[in-house]
Amino acid sequence: MPTDTTMGQARSQPTPPGPLLAFWRSFRENRGAVLGLTIVAVIVFVAVFAPLLAPYSPSEQFRGSTKLPPFWVIGSDPRFILGTDAVGRDMLSRLIYGSRVSLFIGLSVMVVSMVVGVALGLAAAWFGGIVDVIILRIMDLIMSIPSLVLAILIIAVIGPNLTNTIVAVTIVGLPRYVRLVRASAISELSKDYVIGAKVAGNGPFRLMMVTILPNCMAPLIVQAALGLSDAILEAAGLGFLGLGAQPPVPEWGAMLADSRDLMLSHPWVMALPGIAILTTVLAINLMGDGLRDALDPRLKRS
Amino acid sequence: MLRFFLKRVVLTLPTFFALMFVTFLMIRLVPGDPVEVRLGERGISPERHAELLREMGLDRPVWQQFADYVWGLFHGDFGVSIITKTPVVREFLTLFPATLELTLCAMIFAITLGIPAGVIAATRRGGIYDQTLMGLALTGYSMPIFWWGLLLILVMSNTLHLTPVSGRIDLIKYYFEPVTGFMLIDSLLSGQKGAFLDAVRHLILPTIVLGTVPLATVARMTRSAMLEVLGEDYVRTARAKGLTWRRIIGLHALRNALIPVVTVIGLQIGTLLAGAVLTETIFSWPGVGKWLVESIARRDYPALQGGIMLISSIVILCNVIVDVLYGLINPRIRHAH
Repeated sequence: MPTDTTMGQARSQPTPPGPLLAFWRSFRENRGAVLGLTIVAVIVFVAVFAPLLAPYSPSEQFRGSTKLPPFWVIGSDPRFILGTDAVGRDMLSRLIYGSRVSLFIGLSVMVVSMVVGVALGLAAAWFGGIVDVIILRIMDLIMSIPSLVLAILIIAVIGPNLTNTIVAVTIVGLPRYVRLVRASAISELSKDYVIGAKVAGNGPFRLMMVTILPNCMAPLIVQAALGLSDAILEAAGLGFLGLGAQPPVPEWGAMLADSRDLMLSHPWVMALPGIAILTTVLAINLMGDGLRDALDPRLKRS
Repeated sequence: MLRFFLKRVVLTLPTFFALMFVTFLMIRLVPGDPVEVRLGERGISPERHAELLREMGLDRPVWQQFADYVWGLFHGDFGVSIITKTPVVREFLTLFPATLELTLCAMIFAITLGIPAGVIAATRRGGIYDQTLMGLALTGYSMPIFWWGLLLILVMSNTLHLTPVSGRIDLIKYYFEPVTGFMLIDSLLSGQKGAFLDAVRHLILPTIVLGTVPLATVARMTRSAMLEVLGEDYVRTARAKGLTWRRIIGLHALRNALIPVVTVIGLQIGTLLAGAVLTETIFSWPGVGKWLVESIARRDYPALQGGIMLISSIVILCNVIVDVLYGLINPRIRHAH
């Protein structure tokens, strides 16, 4: 750090890499993580540019060309590279648009969980006492109900659709964020630099957001990455049960559920959305493992 | 020890209370007329409506309704299903053994494969076995199990004809009254030839599907716990004493590495019961999970309310038992706080 005047002798040594560079060097060593990051980047690209990449609209039905096989099977139609589903919709286009739905759900859940989790976690850590107890008890309750059962309960009350999927999946995953932020904030609170900042006259809001929060970020980022893949899986599970995004939204889980009747005669209609879900979740998890190893040596598995 | 046990039990009481409150709130939050929601009927005449409202106590203050609900729960009254008109508890208890049987089998599957896989990966750290096993574990961990189930049905049942597609036993060939509710035991008790094997064949695919994610978790946990333990002084001492590697791994390292793994396994039970929702739906397994999903489709809110209350209570109890057992084997936890 250039502002460090007390350690004059450090000047003569080569400057240590900045935190971002150090992180990247550590992350880059993990081949799996780099592979995961690459796949995630491709999926994000596909999702962003879906209208340009998809040959057709995801809901356009080609009456004369239902249940066409993908290109590697005899009898395929060159217009539909990955074939068509039961009502003649282009599988490729639906899969491409499906990446938008899944990433949208996943990222929304992640952002909301981060914001709410940080707010509740910091509040629990800062106020302590009764506030802490209440927040922790609520989180305990959420964790005591099996996640999918809780999601079902929430969906039963508020009804199945895309927005409610996000609400349900967020609530289910929230405790992990809250507990994580609370635990790291509590361990930071008693440290000297926080006391110093307090003595210097910083208000509680500034103390929490500017002084403490950045030091809790590493585990939080790891949790966010793993939470993202969990959210995508859970949303797909709800979609599969018919409790998530409703037709004709091209959600991967719902596409799988639709394909069940066709499964025996036209297996690819079932296979493709599953491969899409697995690839996405696996890539994010690979990336998450790499993030954890690079950011948080304490949690390192190997 | 007793202190620790009591403290742990007392700590769950607020959670239980909150659970009751949430399930109580749930049925009130369902949009629509409260009487119609609870009876599943429409177009009830105004007089009958008023009568029902009083009968169900819905005209009383909310806090009294809640007190009634809690009172009912403590007396085993978890409501009555709209569709079957039978008490939810009875319905739950006939279905729960199926879920429990499946969950236990999946757990055994995960443990018997996951722990050796984790040990092999840890002892050959960085090698080809380690990389392959951990790659597979991460894939299993990322698996959408509903797709995995369909895929297995497609390959194992429909292409290779190795296993049946759905259900717990071939109902055309075998019929017997349930005694324990566990098909493996009941089929043996029935004495019918081939019944047990048929039940086993029905269990294979659901077990694999439900057990995949815990298997991956157990393998990953075992590996990291083993790696940690293998760096400990007592392992080095054991090596210095000239003990065989096999003996060090089996006797010294594994036993200590298993402590965190056992906890994770215990806490997985709740996740598994939830995962059973998807598995049971795919394999038409007549368990609690499938019943809950069907209750939503049928708008059977009382069944849903009672079912969620019951299944969550079981999960809370499981977690308490795991915690207490953990305290038993690990004094450091017991004396913490």
